[in-house]
Amino acid sequence: MEATYNYKVVRQFAIMTVVWGIVGMLVGVILSAQLIWPTLTEALGPLAPYLSYGRIRPLHTNAVIFAFGGSALFATSLYVVQRTCQTRLLSDGLAAFVFWGWQLVIVLAAVTLPLGITTSKEYAELEWPIDILIAVVWVAYAVLFFGTIIKRKTQHIYVANWFFGAYIVTIALLHIVNSMEFPVTLTKSYSMYAGVHDAMVQWWYGHNAVGFFLTTAFLGMMYYFVPKQAGRPIFSYRLSIVHFWSLNFIYMWAGPHHLLYTALPDWAQSLGMVFSLMLIAPSWGGMMNGIMTLSGAWHKLRTDPILKFLITALSFYGMSTFEGPMMSVKTVNALSHYTEWTIGHVHSGALGWVAMISIGSLYYLIPRLFGREEMYSVKLINTHFWMSTIGVVLYIAALWIAGVAQGLMWRATNADGTLTYSFAQSVNAMYPFYTIRLIGGTLFFAGMLLMAYNVWKTVAAGKAVNDARIPEAVAA
Amino acid sequence: MIAGYAVPDFVSDFWHYYIAAFTILGILFSLWILKSQTTQKLAPGQQAELMHPTWDGDLQELNNPLPRWWMWLFYLLVAFGIVYLVLYPGVGKFGGVWNWSSADAYKQERERIDAEFNRVLAPFLGQDVMTVAANPEANKMGKNLFMTYCSQCHGADAKGAKGFPDLTDGLWLFGGDPDSIHASIAQGRVAEMPGGLAGDEQGAREVANYVLALGGKPHDAGLAAVGKEKYAACAGCHGEDGTGMPAAGFPNIVDDAWQYGGTEAAIIESIVKGRKGGMPAQLEALGEAKVHLLTAYVWGLGGGLRPAPAPVEEAPMVESAGEAMEEGAAQ
Repeated sequence: MEATYNYKVVRQFAIMTVVWGIVGMLVGVILSAQLIWPTLTEALGPLAPYLSYGRIRPLHTNAVIFAFGGSALFATSLYVVQRTCQTRLLSDGLAAFVFWGWQLVIVLAAVTLPLGITTSKEYAELEWPIDILIAVVWVAYAVLFFGTIIKRKTQHIYVANWFFGAYIVTIALLHIVNSMEFPVTLTKSYSMYAGVHDAMVQWWYGHNAVGFFLTTAFLGMMYYFVPKQAGRPIFSYRLSIVHFWSLNFIYMWAGPHHLLYTALPDWAQSLGMVFSLMLIAPSWGGMMNGIMTLSGAWHKLRTDPILKFLITALSFYGMSTFEGPMMSVKTVNALSHYTEWTIGHVHSGALGWVAMISIGSLYYLIPRLFGREEMYSVKLINTHFWMSTIGVVLYIAALWIAGVAQGLMWRATNADGTLTYSFAQSVNAMYPFYTIRLIGGTLFFAGMLLMAYNVWKTVAAGKAVNDARIPEAVAA
Repeated sequence: MIAGYAVPDFVSDFWHYYIAAFTILGILFSLWILKSQTTQKLAPGQQAELMHPTWDGDLQELNNPLPRWWMWLFYLLVAFGIVYLVLYPGVGKFGGVWNWSSADAYKQERERIDAEFNRVLAPFLGQDVMTVAANPEANKMGKNLFMTYCSQCHGADAKGAKGFPDLTDGLWLFGGDPDSIHASIAQGRVAEMPGGLAGDEQGAREVANYVLALGGKPHDAGLAAVGKEKYAACAGCHGEDGTGMPAAGFPNIVDDAWQYGGTEAAIIESIVKGRKGGMPAQLEALGEAKVHLLTAYVWGLGGGLRPAPAPVEEAPMVESAGEAMEEGAAQ
């Protein structure tokens, strides 16, 4: 039998990325509407409690990060590791287990979170049986990924795989340590850590979920799809070495910046701030290496909407990795913490970077998985690009203004030391910005629907590719 | 405790060395990896080297030198980090050469701010409450204070809500003269009525109707007649005529100032279950100057009473309230 790539698991994850993207972003749109009309879902009678803000907020975050983002990462990492190792995945059975296991995790999350079953740890809300399932699936994924690396036909490990590898190892570590809990019943557990230790472990996890799930892994995606789509070599091997290692070393320390001005000891707060600031350089190293790869091919940006997605994603990446360190400076944090600015910052990363790099990569990937030259409509990709870009810009600009206004209103005092504004007044001031955010978010969501249509037409016209031949590795 | 603030964070010196070592190693590693990959700039016209391996058909890497501005940015950020960690706590239990701590910083800022505010507030301290109440400037500040600290319970209009007294109606649970209002704000108040003194629900209904009768309100005369006897259990605190004992904080139940509702059903609920109310003491949190302004503001809301010409009671109000309450409960 001629050696072929396993495209099946890639295809499954690629399609589910679009599906979960739509689900997760729809929940986000509902949430942002609830902020403007708090009684929006109350008319649903007996269903109302399950759609209340507190229940579906974690559903949104889990769906977009782990269902949408996760599926995109599984699809691309399993594609990239095969293509750049020039060998088939270690095991088809293991690949199928990872796919179905992960889908089971997502479905269980979608059921338990609206029921109010939660550990109450942000981005780690799922209860202990699901935590165990995640750990099992993740270990299977690690075996599949690193097993494929080990049986590679190429001599060197391609840079994208360094990043995917770092993400797989650290997420296992983070998930397992933060999910240490004592089960009480099947649906309830208590964290093994108490008080400020619990908070610190949680935000060590929480920030590195951002650092390794939403950054390192998507840089892996970038390192394959940007040079492929641009048809240019990576700008600098040296730069990738420096920013890879420094990113990994420095990111691990940044968690405490979520707990500035709390009971966390001063030394930990300082470390969180200092390492967050240093993080600008390694982050920008990745952005530079991606954008500079385009040297000599800048003209392609005018005509290629996939490249537009990829390069715009890198720009948002550079912007939010500057914004984040600034927000972790104590004096800035004193203003920004607990305000809408934080939500804006998260979305400039999540929509601008994570979603756009995934969307660009999928537009590259899907035709190849279904035996087509390109997507059904390149024009629709371009429309999607503009909807996404305008959507993100509206979203984050609205929440910048909202967040700064909120922070200033909360801290404003009269000459006698009393607060100038009541909390309710600061809520009232949010309405115009919430409305703009809803418009921006809806635009981004509508872009995903357009993508689904485009993918549907591409798949319908194509045929699943199961015989992609593995070329002979070129000796170094 | 404040001096050497970081010390108690570590249960043993081992953890101090452990965390300090990783902090320093992390920084040194970043510097080393940066230095190790630093090369000469490309000469004008020189092309970056193309690395040998090729993956997946056409994936290749150039080996451009690190962008200079990026490299210097990295050094600058690391230098900032090192300086910060020398000055501030951050490396294990080393407290930094400036000996800064967040607890100290908070204390100093608090003192500075309090001094600033007190400059504005202090002039009123020497003035009599009624004089302050007549001062528009003081009234405005009093209102700010009320909105910040009191309106959550008593409402922005000070008219209260169920369980929270109306401060504008001139009917006072604990006295409406300046000293009483000051005492209520400064030391807080506790008011408790035990439940079940009238027996079962039926007994409560009878007593409730007698209470309505006392106040001259519509009631069932038959029930009230039976209730009169059982009211003896209540008279110890609320008085034979239901006018209560303001000095001890026992409410008048024949006026219309019902704190928990004046309907038959609400009165029955109060009798059956009892009531427990309380206002937290504010003096420690707010300080005398703010309490003084608040006293004047509340007094001036319309319900304030002029002080009695001569001292009324021998004992301070709070204590007598407590003693009287115990007597009431003993019954």
